Amino acid sequence: MPVESDSRPIIEIRNLDKFFGAFQALADVSLTVNAGERVVICGPSGSGKSTLIRCVNRLEEHSAGELIVDGVELNDETTNIRAVRMEVGMVFQQFNLFPHLTVLENLTVGPIRVRKISRADAEDRARKFLERVHIPEQADKYPAQLSGGQQQRVAIARSLCMEPRIMLFDEPTSALDPEMINEVLDVMVELAGTGMTMVCVTHEMGFARKVADKMVFMEDGRIVETAPPEQFFENPSSRRCRMFLDQILDH
Amino acid sequence: MALASENASPRGNHRSGKTPIRQASRRIQNLFRSKPVAVLLYFIVIYVIARMSVAGAEAMGYNWQWYRVPDYLFQFTEDGFQWGEIFFGLVKSIDLSVKAFVLATLVGLFIALLRLSGLVVGSGVALVYLEFVRNMPLLVLLYLIYYVIGPIFKFDRYSAAIICLAVYHSATISEIFRAGINSVPRGQWEAAKSIGMSVAQSYRFIILPQSIKVMLPPLTNEAVQLIKSSAIVSVIAIAELTTIGRNIISDTYMSFEIWFTVAMVYLVVTLILSTCVSGLEKRFAVRS
Repeated sequence: MPVESDSRPIIEIRNLDKFFGAFQALADVSLTVNAGERVVICGPSGSGKSTLIRCVNRLEEHSAGELIVDGVELNDETTNIRAVRMEVGMVFQQFNLFPHLTVLENLTVGPIRVRKISRADAEDRARKFLERVHIPEQADKYPAQLSGGQQQRVAIARSLCMEPRIMLFDEPTSALDPEMINEVLDVMVELAGTGMTMVCVTHEMGFARKVADKMVFMEDGRIVETAPPEQFFENPSSRRCRMFLDQILDH
Repeated sequence: MALASENASPRGNHRSGKTPIRQASRRIQNLFRSKPVAVLLYFIVIYVIARMSVAGAEAMGYNWQWYRVPDYLFQFTEDGFQWGEIFFGLVKSIDLSVKAFVLATLVGLFIALLRLSGLVVGSGVALVYLEFVRNMPLLVLLYLIYYVIGPIFKFDRYSAAIICLAVYHSATISEIFRAGINSVPRGQWEAAKSIGMSVAQSYRFIILPQSIKVMLPPLTNEAVQLIKSSAIVSVIAIAELTTIGRNIISDTYMSFEIWFTVAMVYLVVTLILSTCVSGLEKRFAVRS
């Protein structure tokens, strides 16, 4: 696997706090992701994992702290936000494909409207990425006609069509039937092989072992443990992390 | 009657179901529910009403002159086929309604976006406008625009009529837009944002196309309402269908025939509109 070991930080999160009303979803979270690095974030539900990666492309606004993505600081400036969003792809738990557009249109609407490239170029690019996620034959269907696994692969391709530098995955397999999880994970493993910077929130520990450079364990809005995968799975330093791993790995 | 008791038994509890009175009343209920009986009843009611109106008209010595009505719809003269006065009134009504509806849609969309903008001033202005328009009788609004605002901004009665209808219906239309926009799941917004779309682009390419399906039926309803409320501009003497009807009556004293005819024309127009849109709805339903 070609690992681009460029140690330049591409996401810098410093002392991030996030409040939903009185509820503190993130407390003093700091994390650095280098270009080409693959980070897997896990932790019990409600621990703030999704909130953290949603802050990275500003689907949530952080309440305090600093967040720099690809050299751009995320603050109230809309131009900054849009610049960052164009470089950061996001895959959602619920796919969120555009139901009124065909698969091909789902993939081209961003490049055409946001990147302003020609329709022909956008379609070439879309077909290339559909090939990459192994469903070139579904280009003219509507999302509702596809299985969950296929929809999620279309969603991955849709993000890739924007040619982002970073891909965020928010529990991409949690809404899938068990037999479809692997087809999505396979695509993600292949993507990891291309040297893409990836931040994944997932409970798929097999996937994490295979691709992660860095494991992050969160609980109650804090990062409890950050470690390379070998150490994380064999010998985690915190008791809570050990318990969590036991719970999800025992089956 | 075996059928009747079969239908009835699963519903009621069996003790009361077995009393003869209950059984009899069920039978009567089922009898009234059956289609031929319903149709028969319908015709009886219509016949009675028609009979009573004819009797009433006869009693007041009304002189029916239906034979004169077609001339007001169309005529065959030596010059050939010619449309009648009522037709020109109808054209004016439709012209007025179409313009007012387009304007109402634009204003309604603007108000809806203002309300959804999340800006305190924006939603405040939208809310005041909505409450103001919604709580005012259409006739008062028309007088206000024609007699008060019209002279200030120097517009004629025709523009006043269009503006009045547009303003009045923009309130409901903005609520239709708001409901339609809100019916699109939040995930769609997030997906649009995540590929870098601005708010305007998200609306245009992602959100509005999806809400159209939800908005079409109530929008049609509103178009039908608008055509009907366009009759009220006859009070400021716009030569539309209702005004024409009134003029013909003052010439001929055929109140019954002409009002029936005018009502029929409105009915036909709104029915055609509803049918077209239900066809359109089916197309949208198939597409997604």
